[in-house]
Amino acid sequence: MKISHNETIHLGASEDISYIRQKVRKWMVELRFSLVEQTKIVTAASELARNTIEHGGGGRAQLIVLTDNGRTGLQLIFEDNGPGIPDLELALEDGYSTGSGLGLGLSGSKRLVDEFDLKSKPDKGTCITITKWRLN
Amino acid sequence: MDKIPILKLKDLLLVTIQVDMHDRMAHTLQEDLTERVVQDGVKGVLIDISSLEVVDSFIGRMLGNIASATRTLGAETIVVGIRPSVAITIVELGVTLEGVHTALNVDKGMALLQSLIKTSSQEKGT
Ligand SMILES: Nc1ncnc2c1ncn2[C@@H]1O[C@H](COP(=O)(O)OP(=O)(O)O)[C@@H](O)[C@H]1O
Ligand SMILES: [Mg+2]
Repeated sequence: MKISHNETIHLGASEDISYIRQKVRKWMVELRFSLVEQTKIVTAASELARNTIEHGGGGRAQLIVLTDNGRTGLQLIFEDNGPGIPDLELALEDGYSTGSGLGLGLSGSKRLVDEFDLKSKPDKGTCITITKWRLN
Repeated sequence: MDKIPILKLKDLLLVTIQVDMHDRMAHTLQEDLTERVVQDGVKGVLIDISSLEVVDSFIGRMLGNIASATRTLGAETIVVGIRPSVAITIVELGVTLEGVHTALNVDKGMALLQSLIKTSSQEKGT
């Protein structure tokens, strides 16, 4: 697996969500993902960036372009040092929200990507990695 | 520009969302629209989102909230111009747009609105 691009995006305020949507879109276009694939990953990025800001108290996202055995992937890692998620299974249920959201951010973005990895520790923070592959 | 313009067309309000909306704009739009429904005494609201490349659960919730609020005030909301790629994505995301009427474009939205207004006034016997 080779990393051909790696950048960090700060996630502090709601404006940063628009910014990461634009960044991810730009890379998806550059990597020639289909329009539907672009839309899915930009939407997942929007959901997870909002969670980082609203539930995690802010953090950062890493945008990584991967090549592996002739396939190209876009990976996004969302990280915060917030309160963490006490019950992962519950948080991944459709409609579960501790706020006023629709409770679809975690469960929905998991459906929109190829790989979804969620790690969280109480009072330490949350780290979510998503990956979308483009088959050559 | 931080505000989304609201146009009055006969007995309805037309909103065209042309920019990638950040959260504050979405809240402002919700407040402005509900106020204008009362001020202008309209029976319908048409929201054109054909320029939106992404609809996440936040925007989905906003559209649902606008529809509920305007309905409470006696006006129907119709969302028009959802892109096919957006439709595929929000279904997978799980956003159902419950209580929100949809139509392919502004013309079809207006026609739907007219028939909704007629039905609701017949039901009320006016
Ligand atoms: N980064 C995070 N830090 C702490 N809690 C989180 C984080 N992301 C998600 N959660 C928790 O998981 C729940 C479900 O998240 P989500 O599916 O995005 O729904 P919503 O954001 O609409 O509440 C949130 O309500 C919150 O309690
Ligand atoms: Mg969320």
